[in-house]
Amino acid sequence: MAVSEHTADVSHAMITTPVATADWLVVSPIIITILGGVICLMMRKQTKIQPRIAIATLGLLMLSNFGLLARVMDKGVITMVMGQWLPPYGIAFTVDATGAMLALIASIVAFATALYGVGDSDAASRRYGFYPFLMLLMTGVSGTFLTGDIFNLYVWFEVLLISSFGLLILGSDKAQLDGAVKYGILNLIATTLFLIATGYLYGLVGTLNMADIPRSVAALPNHAPITTVAMLYLLAFAMKAAAFPVNFWLPASYHTPRIAVAGVFAGLLTKVGIYALMRTMVMLLPVHHALLAHVLAVVAVATMISGALGAMAQSDLRRALGYLVISSIGSMLAGIAVSTALSLTGTILYAIHSIIVMTGLYFVTGMAGRMSGTFALRELGGLYGKSPLLALAFIILAMSFSGLPPTSGFWAKVLLVDASLKSDWPWLAGSILVAGFLTTIALARIGLYAFWRGGPEGTPDGTAFAYAENADMTAPDVTAAYTGMWLALGLLVGLSLFIGLAPDGLVAIAKTGAAGLVDPSGYIGSVFGGTGGHP
Amino acid sequence: MEAGFAVLIGFIFAASIYLMLSRQLIRILLGISILGNAVNLLIFTAGRLEREVPPVIPDSSLVPVGATANPLPQALILTAIVISFSFFAFLLVLAFRTYQELGTDDANEMRVAEPKGEARPPMGY
Repeated sequence: MAVSEHTADVSHAMITTPVATADWLVVSPIIITILGGVICLMMRKQTKIQPRIAIATLGLLMLSNFGLLARVMDKGVITMVMGQWLPPYGIAFTVDATGAMLALIASIVAFATALYGVGDSDAASRRYGFYPFLMLLMTGVSGTFLTGDIFNLYVWFEVLLISSFGLLILGSDKAQLDGAVKYGILNLIATTLFLIATGYLYGLVGTLNMADIPRSVAALPNHAPITTVAMLYLLAFAMKAAAFPVNFWLPASYHTPRIAVAGVFAGLLTKVGIYALMRTMVMLLPVHHALLAHVLAVVAVATMISGALGAMAQSDLRRALGYLVISSIGSMLAGIAVSTALSLTGTILYAIHSIIVMTGLYFVTGMAGRMSGTFALRELGGLYGKSPLLALAFIILAMSFSGLPPTSGFWAKVLLVDASLKSDWPWLAGSILVAGFLTTIALARIGLYAFWRGGPEGTPDGTAFAYAENADMTAPDVTAAYTGMWLALGLLVGLSLFIGLAPDGLVAIAKTGAAGLVDPSGYIGSVFGGTGGHP
Repeated sequence: MEAGFAVLIGFIFAASIYLMLSRQLIRILLGISILGNAVNLLIFTAGRLEREVPPVIPDSSLVPVGATANPLPQALILTAIVISFSFFAFLLVLAFRTYQELGTDDANEMRVAEPKGEARPPMGY
């Protein structure tokens, strides 16, 4: 029997108006990075051309994200639904100020990493996929920041996780394999917990659209076990963000890959967890967040203090940085625990600052290690004499990380402390300050031993250690490699200083983002239209 | 039927957690594989169970007539199966390479990245 003529009216099931051209910016980060990654993969053996493609692609990604942020600040939250299904049925990409800003900063850091990688990645690691994986990692990171569907968020988490596996084991030496086993297994368990929570949430509310979830949750009967879901999300994302009792994968793995990889991991991956925590705990489940606020606050304090103390106890520079990543996560968690518009502004600003500065610190460490041939604090020394510019970059980044003016870290900490005091969490504010003091000590010790003193342990005071002329520094093709590293480092240091000196624009964006998280009516309106859409 | 499934899923979760608490890498991996399947079954059950009624809408109507099986959990599970399968494959190869390189599959003895008895950092300020 022939299929009967069927001209159903689809207007109540599908969006019939075409997407505005400028709104394609919402998905362009995904398209750009996948294309760039695929092209680099096809040119696997052209190790000289790969960096150029990657730098061009990630430069384009930066421009696209900049355009997206400008449009979000101009028009408010933007939504694009895949397949034009009427929400909540299709997978929606919904971009608010928080997502757009973090996507922009992430793309800047990825661009800096591609520049740094020109000198840091050798032909072998490029053949095994340094640049393709970097760009596919950015696909996952961008997708995470832009999607408006909780199951889709899980998929992007997995995209960035599998790319990070590839980056982590470039070179496959023993330490990398050892670190990758722990990183891989624990992160996979974390994303599986995320999936479990999402399954339960779907079973309770029957929707996965992040604009649809808040009101569906509000309509649930009182006895619905949604606190279980909130707790599972908290555990899953705390694991991803490396919060205190569930962070052992981070110090076990972050010092093993090449520095370019470690830098981009330290900058982006844990902050993705923080972002997801803000989305789920603050925007989707605010009532259950209130129940867990004290848990979050205690975890935050334990994370920031243990991280700072851990950093002081390390004799390897890269491992000390791993603990500093953990310490910075604690401060962001403090903002999420307080969960007012002001504290979330602080968390968003701190995330932006921390993405820039953590990556910068890894780059400084990488260059210091390259110049002196070691990362051991006992064997380092005299770097100030060797490269005053590197010492300057370190000092600026160290001040920024500790929260001293005139750098980006200062404003982020001011906002967090102010918000904690205003919401009657004095011990939380005090902990942020104590953790800041401890990280100052940890970083000052690194500065003292690696940069300031005359040479490695045993060099008499007042004398400068005569380094054997390092062949690395003078060989012509290697100085070219240093150019990319200096450019990358300069970009990040400059950005941190710029935010420190002129924070107004960024604070305004972070405020808009935080307000949208506390009161998601703009987010919901963007997905369902002014009427509220589907009942 | 959901209640029976819930108990079954509980047993599968228990088995996977028991395996993941082991020190042997291969048991941890088997635990992870079982965990993935437990989650898939959980999502399937969370979408409510319905016997073989395909969600096909008849020509004369715009919505399904009567209760049909929920197609969305099946789409979610399909995605999750592909992802967990690829991760399992990767981790299996990674574990084997690690076993070859480090000569052990005991998680307690894998101390290359974080060696025991490392030199203390320089003391003083």
